[in-house]
Amino acid sequence: MNPASDQNPMAMKIPFYALFALLIPLAHAQQPVAPDVLVKSITEEVVAILKKDKDIQAGDTKKAADLIETKVVPHFNFVRMTRIAMGRNWRLASPEQQKILADEFKTLLVRTYSTAISNYREQQIEYKPLRAKPEDTEVTVRSDVRPSGSSQPVSIDYEMEKTPDGWKVYDVKVGGVSLVTTYRDTFAGEVREHGVDGLIKSLTAKNRQPERSKAGKA
Amino acid sequence: MARAKRLCAALLLAGTLGGCATSGGNPADPLEPFNRVMFRFNDAVDGAVAKPVAKGYRSVVPGFLRTGISNFFSNLEDVWISVNDVLQGKFQQGLEDFTRVFFNSTFGIAGVFDFASDVGLQKHNEDFGQTLGWWGVGSGAYLVLPILGPSTVRDGFGFLVDTQADPVWRVGNVPARNTAVGVRFIARRAELLDATSVVEQAALDKYSFVRDAWMQRRRNLIYDGDPPREREEPDDEPSK
Repeated sequence: MNPASDQNPMAMKIPFYALFALLIPLAHAQQPVAPDVLVKSITEEVVAILKKDKDIQAGDTKKAADLIETKVVPHFNFVRMTRIAMGRNWRLASPEQQKILADEFKTLLVRTYSTAISNYREQQIEYKPLRAKPEDTEVTVRSDVRPSGSSQPVSIDYEMEKTPDGWKVYDVKVGGVSLVTTYRDTFAGEVREHGVDGLIKSLTAKNRQPERSKAGKA
Repeated sequence: MARAKRLCAALLLAGTLGGCATSGGNPADPLEPFNRVMFRFNDAVDGAVAKPVAKGYRSVVPGFLRTGISNFFSNLEDVWISVNDVLQGKFQQGLEDFTRVFFNSTFGIAGVFDFASDVGLQKHNEDFGQTLGWWGVGSGAYLVLPILGPSTVRDGFGFLVDTQADPVWRVGNVPARNTAVGVRFIARRAELLDATSVVEQAALDKYSFVRDAWMQRRRNLIYDGDPPREREEPDDEPSK
């Protein structure tokens, strides 16, 4: 039935139908970017900036953190990352505490990542073929990174989930070491000894410490 | 050999101390009180000696030369790696690693150039601790070794065997041997400088962070990068 042929009040609805018709192809276009394509394009974009940016190369971690905030953070699910790191203790935290925890954990990871990328060296990245079915909502994007001058590649794997807002990373494994679960025992220990607030306090304190620059004593 | 004896003494000490120690929470780390002491000791030695020397090495020795030095030792290592490949029934990989040694020792001029990687023969990571793991030997308690750092009872034993098979330790001339062992140690430490600065930034409690990362890393190596998936989000109910 063609609503446009009606010469009655139904005609009022024409713009609505028209809009709807417009949305259909748009919805199709909204089909999220494939997870491996997403990882690859973000990595390429960030690496291109790193290669050019003399400040970050010289150890400007603040600038590195800004870069990560704008380019990388939107593609991560920090709430889920925090939930994994908290394990069973996640349920002990109130919704407000959960929000603070996720924010502080995000800050810590961003700062860590900024330290890592300020050490950036020339490297070759090889992406492995994605082993996933089209209907999968959780996939692992695998890559091998070989820094120039090193014979042994390091694997970097991204654990990703499909959300209405596109694919999001919820864990990164470097050489098989999970960025998230490595915190589990530390978090559990803090909660056991000082409660959820104690964990929040030590995360906040850690995040207030000055950034460690390349030359920093460690 | 003196080194091996010292290691045995440390293992023994760890065992005794472990007996009366209270566990800090991680079932894989019953020796935590001892390990924490050793970890702090290692950290102090690293901060006072190894790290500054490694930094000096990195700033004085040009990159291409550092790569050559690392490649040289890496090539010697590949011999024992290929033996471990075979012990784990990975014959194809063993053949590849043996071919690496052959190529790198000849065309790569005594291993200074990693020619094999450039033609697509990738280096593998194997040692006797992994071989034991592959045979089904459990890791045993987490163990921080003096100077050497994170290990486990199994991997500490594996390291003893690795040392026996290590050509660098077998150099007859003692001053030459000690120099070679020292240079290799510093070269490796220098390779890790960036990584350790990241760990400093990342860790709330460096001890447990390094331990948990180490345990995951070893597990990953034993399964050659593809370990069976562990549940990531344990039961939702609180632990208390």
